[in-house]
Amino acid sequence: MGINRRNFFRALGITGVSLGAGKKLGANPGKKDDKEFSAILYDATRCVGCQSCEFACALANGLPEPDGEDYPVPGTIRKTNENRRTVINAYETSQGEVYAKSQCMHCNQPACVAACLTKAMQKTEEGPVIWWDRKCMGCRYCMISCPFDVPKFEYHSPNPDIVKCNMCFDRVKDGELPACVTDCPAEALTFGTRRELIAEARRRIHEDPDIYYDGIYGEHEAGGTGYLYLSPVPFEELGLNTKIQKKSYPELTKGFLFSVPSVFILWPAMLLGIYNATKNNAKTEEDHE
Amino acid sequence: MSNTNYTLPADNDGRPLLKFLADQLKPKAKILTPFNIISIPIITIGIVLVVIRFVNGIGAVSNVSQEVPWGLWKGFNVVTGVAFAGGAYVITFMVYILNIQKYKSIVRVTVLNGFLAYVFYAGALLLDLGKPWNVINPIIGNSFGVSSVLFLVAWHFLLYMIAQLLEFSPAIAEWIGAKKARGILSGMTIAAVIFGITLSTLHQSGLGALFLMAKEKIHPLWYSEFIPILFFVSSIFAGLSMVISEGSISQKVFFNQINPENRKAHKGILHGLSKICAFTMLVYFFLQIVAFVHGKHWGLLNTRMGHWYLTEMLGFVLLPMALFFYSYRKQNTFLVKISALITMIGVIINRLNVTIIGFRWDAASHYVPSWMEIVVALMILFVEIWIFRWVVRRLPVLRESPSWVMEH
Repeated sequence: MGINRRNFFRALGITGVSLGAGKKLGANPGKKDDKEFSAILYDATRCVGCQSCEFACALANGLPEPDGEDYPVPGTIRKTNENRRTVINAYETSQGEVYAKSQCMHCNQPACVAACLTKAMQKTEEGPVIWWDRKCMGCRYCMISCPFDVPKFEYHSPNPDIVKCNMCFDRVKDGELPACVTDCPAEALTFGTRRELIAEARRRIHEDPDIYYDGIYGEHEAGGTGYLYLSPVPFEELGLNTKIQKKSYPELTKGFLFSVPSVFILWPAMLLGIYNATKNNAKTEEDHE
Repeated sequence: MSNTNYTLPADNDGRPLLKFLADQLKPKAKILTPFNIISIPIITIGIVLVVIRFVNGIGAVSNVSQEVPWGLWKGFNVVTGVAFAGGAYVITFMVYILNIQKYKSIVRVTVLNGFLAYVFYAGALLLDLGKPWNVINPIIGNSFGVSSVLFLVAWHFLLYMIAQLLEFSPAIAEWIGAKKARGILSGMTIAAVIFGITLSTLHQSGLGALFLMAKEKIHPLWYSEFIPILFFVSSIFAGLSMVISEGSISQKVFFNQINPENRKAHKGILHGLSKICAFTMLVYFFLQIVAFVHGKHWGLLNTRMGHWYLTEMLGFVLLPMALFFYSYRKQNTFLVKISALITMIGVIINRLNVTIIGFRWDAASHYVPSWMEIVVALMILFVEIWIFRWVVRRLPVLRESPSWVMEH
């Protein structure tokens, strides 16, 4: 029993330390204070639904361009898929026909990145969430986890990729604008740091409160996203998911993951203790039965 | 040991190892059994489908979609199969840690069952991976996604398979007549058991924790922060129900392997297990009530999904729990088997509700598995049973260890 008790206290100590360390590690997710996340502000009051962003995106990423039949019509929802990373949809709203773009939201703390067990999905320091084909094993756990249903999978390829908007990471890294932002003729898309864009969005709402719905979609959704939406109507009218929680999604598995080291230390100690305690009872047990 | 009243297949004792193994590869029983007649065509078609899957992509055989990326292979073979394999850690806990000798005769067969389950469900996982050749990345790569629940589950699968192989290895040593190796390997059993139970606790609950981030995608009646605990607790009675069913079938199929003493003891084992099942199911039912009340979903009960939820809770948890209690009180072996069967169906329903049926229940188009997915899922199951049968017929799993083990 002496050994057990010693084991027990040792385990307790290690557990305490690991729990403490775990909490400390989790408390400050934004480690680079000197670098701000880049973001894109999409203003639905300006968007004319011309699909220029779709064409620009297809060209920049070597994807097929939308054909003439494939344009936004109210009542039909066009979805992103393995051949298009962004789409414009038209919605019949209380303010008439309004367009809304959809693509990866580039969350501050993305669920897909937390889900990825090979680090194929990454939140870059610059802000874009990118996917690396070399590491991915195609488990599609990112698709299960993403609250916005963004990552798409090439189901009909023997060497399938995950496809999603990467905010034109290569261009952003070189100081250029993402293709969709460059090609938008209506200036509905603005590229900048997330902080600047939130300030800009607030300014627009403040200056034209009659035009804008009072809110920025993406400011708090899923713990904050890199794509921010301004809209003339409540966001649910534009097909945006308003059930999204305000906390970040990786937060949901944190409790479970933090309990792992404690179980890993407490369980063996406890099992060893019971084993030693019952070792000599084997005979008695047999009689009892 | 004087076990002359039943046939005892010979383990190797002094013969050259290769010659012995070559001899063991030959079929040991009738080939045209009903099980073989059903399973051989399914396995053959399954193999063809697997080839098509690797040539043309997962979409060529499977109905999984952009909205529901995990289908039958993950929801049934992996998530449900692992719950059923939970018997191994529960039985090893009782026999090696609690020292309850009563269950000793079923340890080997349960561990073998668990080990094969993991090997084949890992196999199912490989079929479902888009780039299975990258599966080594989280194991050896410089890319440890430690924030991922799936990373934890993947590692635990791997380590637990090794632990189970260690737990089972004395049987292999006895079979090939490696006396020295047997001594070393059985000395490692306790360590492997303790490690194995710890791993099982974490990855049984981890399989539930996988779905924690899919908060808005799973029907609220099945989503709660309690999923990991619910998955863990249900793996106890899922695993034991599997042990009850598998044991009852083995008693018939492998009759000549089991000595009369163990045959008689089987009834006592079933009643012991039914009591444990009943109590863990009581705990589970209570936890489900807590999760339900906590979630405040009274309004959802009178919907289609709500009725389905009530069917699961009342018909496949409460009813088999009551049956387990009743059959224990009445010492009714037949009823134990019926309860185990209902429990197993209930666990399948529960796992499918979380992973498939309740997943994106609100989507416009629902996922329904293709016939090809079902054939492949069955193929995995049947190949596992083939291997299981092959091993039981040759290794000292159900029958006694060779006499030299006792002499040591």
